[in-house]
Amino acid sequence: MARVVIDPVTRLEGHIRCEVEVDNGVVKDAWISCTLFRGFEIFIKDRDPRDAWHIAHRICGVCPTSHGHAATMGLEESFGVEPPDNAVLVRNLMEAAQFLHSHVLWFYTLNAFDYVDVVSALSAKATTPALQAVQDRLKAFVDSGQLGFLENGYWGHPAMKLPPEVNLELSAHYLQALEIQAKAAQALAVFGGKFPYHMSTPPGGVTCVPTLQDVVNYEYIMKEVNDFVRNVFVPDTLAAAPFYLDLATFGQGVGNFLTWGVLEDLSRDPRQRALPRGAIFDGNLAVEDVDPHTDVQEFTGSSWYTAASGEGKNPGSADAETEPEYTSLDLEDKYTWSKTTNIKGRQMEVGTLARMLIAYLSDAPGAKSIVDSTLAAIGQAGNPTVLVSALGRLATKALESSLIADKMEMDLAQLKENIASGKGEWFTPNEVPKSGSGVGAWDAPRGALAHWNRIEDKKISSYQAVPASNWNFSPRDEQGARGPVEEALVGTPVADPEKPLEILRVIHTFDP
Amino acid sequence: MHPHISRRAFLKLCGGTAAYLGLSQAWVPRIALALEQAAKRPPVVWLSLMACSGCLESFAKSVNPSTAEILLGIISLNYQETIMAAAGKDAEANLQATIEEGGYIVIAEGAVATGIPEALMIAGKTSIDYTREATSNAAAVVAIGTCATYGGVQAMKPNPTGAKGVSDALGIETVNIPGCPPNPDTIVSTIVHYLLFGKLPELDGKGRPTFAFSQKVHDNCERRAHFDSGQYVEEFGSEEEAKGYCLYKMGCKGPETHSPCPLTLWNSKQNWCVGSGNPCIGCMEPEFWDKFAGFYERLPDVPVPGFVGVKTSADYIGSTLVTATVAGVGIHAIASAASGRMKGKPESEEGSED
Repeated sequence: MARVVIDPVTRLEGHIRCEVEVDNGVVKDAWISCTLFRGFEIFIKDRDPRDAWHIAHRICGVCPTSHGHAATMGLEESFGVEPPDNAVLVRNLMEAAQFLHSHVLWFYTLNAFDYVDVVSALSAKATTPALQAVQDRLKAFVDSGQLGFLENGYWGHPAMKLPPEVNLELSAHYLQALEIQAKAAQALAVFGGKFPYHMSTPPGGVTCVPTLQDVVNYEYIMKEVNDFVRNVFVPDTLAAAPFYLDLATFGQGVGNFLTWGVLEDLSRDPRQRALPRGAIFDGNLAVEDVDPHTDVQEFTGSSWYTAASGEGKNPGSADAETEPEYTSLDLEDKYTWSKTTNIKGRQMEVGTLARMLIAYLSDAPGAKSIVDSTLAAIGQAGNPTVLVSALGRLATKALESSLIADKMEMDLAQLKENIASGKGEWFTPNEVPKSGSGVGAWDAPRGALAHWNRIEDKKISSYQAVPASNWNFSPRDEQGARGPVEEALVGTPVADPEKPLEILRVIHTFDP
Repeated sequence: MHPHISRRAFLKLCGGTAAYLGLSQAWVPRIALALEQAAKRPPVVWLSLMACSGCLESFAKSVNPSTAEILLGIISLNYQETIMAAAGKDAEANLQATIEEGGYIVIAEGAVATGIPEALMIAGKTSIDYTREATSNAAAVVAIGTCATYGGVQAMKPNPTGAKGVSDALGIETVNIPGCPPNPDTIVSTIVHYLLFGKLPELDGKGRPTFAFSQKVHDNCERRAHFDSGQYVEEFGSEEEAKGYCLYKMGCKGPETHSPCPLTLWNSKQNWCVGSGNPCIGCMEPEFWDKFAGFYERLPDVPVPGFVGVKTSADYIGSTLVTATVAGVGIHAIASAASGRMKGKPESEEGSED
């Protein structure tokens, strides 16, 4: 038995400490600690409700657009106002750009060094002038003796399986991806002003009045991104997967999945979103609907908050609160700033795998065909359960990106048609009500997030947010069940506890 | 030639930086030389404190130079939690080695928790201890974003964690590049200034580089002429918005916000906040979350050009004194010309150097 601590877990947004127990080269138990508390729930209170979306937006700078949208949608329910169709389409386009920005950034910048050995790439036979240039560049970098951000990576680790030529190709795409993610952000800025932290979506619609030229500008910037997704990202995933098929044998997790749904349908029905709302329980591949107003419960038995901050309350209830109460890092008791969040007494995994499973089982347009063809390509036709693994979390990112690129093109066509036909509604005027309540339940690239608000005397009287990390990094619940990432770590092989690469892999598959 | 950057991109960087720093284009070869002759890339330690990673996201949208060029050719990013290959004790070993060697630049993103020290723990250390240690042997500390500079979003009343900016929390001097997020051009230009002159750029009383923060959004706003002419947006998504009228009445904080935004713009100079039809929320001002709360409430008593010494509200101008604003437009035109150094970075100059 050996204890392995990774602190900080790098290449993710936020601050995570991971401790695992390793026995005979396999993880037997795991604890995840979120080590940052900022107190959004406290300082949004008593503010002008119109300001709340700007403040709550700042919860995450990697998926800000989703937080901004969730906050605004929650306020729209409280205000009793609905955005016009054009505003829904513009928000979708911004969200789609952010998703592709995020998925590309995750796969290449945050995730690739778990699989791609940059040092091995130096010994590859470069088959094209472009690859030769990249290899020369990397060689000059390594020869400079200043390895910078590559210093102390797990180069040469026995779990690194790619041949030098694939390592070189993926290293080249790492550099290309850095430019592509900036392109996606640029497209978002056409409607949002800037990224991160777009500005144009207060409750009621969008502030901008895009011209046909703006829409075409977005379209052609994103064309480069969509081409990268289809011609580089998807093929890279399929090229690397055969070398890492062992990842299909661990990292299964809790077997419960949740998505609030993302990319709105003009019907405004969350079950009709491009990635529809739903949940899967206990590994039964059947979708149930869920309601954020009633079905979410928070607990604080393992977290550094007062008892009253948990007790199974729904975050939208009038007495919901988030009051810090730090004790000490004690794995037997309290060990994290994340609350435990449950539905029906279960820990829920959120993220791309959850969305793609639920889209597949709901027969959402495009989802079934892309999943089925991928399963067939890896010799697993008709067996979607194979996706419930570390490998499945990796592979579904590229599939979802492709699906989102398709949906984006449909929304673009609709928006162009609306503008050309003079359908010019962008914003529904509205007022802050004396009192009200609402929830914006949506998905960020890394999973379900929801913002609950209550308004009294035209001020925010309660604001609670449950981002994706709260679900996936949830600690032990009241029954002692592990959180999704903790559970997924159990059973992970660890070749060298001094270099716990495989543990990083499993954590990173959650796109934290 | 610089070993890792294309010549075109490299000179574009040098030219853009010279313009932003207020230097004539004659400085371009000297900037190029300073970067090319550096014996080694300057080591950088990037601290992610009480933050959202939005500052890093913004930095990673730099285009001239691109992020890849910065990482491979300009700096040696020895420690950056969000992108570095190493993790855990191996990541901390990189940090320790850099501290021991000294002479590195710290870029700090995020606030320090002083009220509840355990509100942020990294490698088992509180953010106070961690930040003190990481800055202990640094040549310079550059705080980026409104959190690292002045406490930021978590320092809003009632500031439940006692969050403070790095300078405040540690009692050290920092270069402050505020913004939620900060602009990548300002960060890169500050680093280049340091490489070029071996010292930090001139700072104002709040630690901000004067090359970027001596003017207000309102001074250079593309919609300024509409302010002066009394032409305002009164409803989002309206005909007036389509015409690009002034957002003052919608709550714009541009008149009181020190920022180069209208000149630098964002995301490959694609757009900026006001360009998207939402009023500026003043995110580059210290304590803006509290100071400017009521982001959709109009600022009181904004002085109107041409009426020096007379407190005249923009409402009054807008409704009854439209003809008098000719004088205002004239004054603004002069102010813009005097401040137009950023706009003096024309494409033709870059082209001639290719």
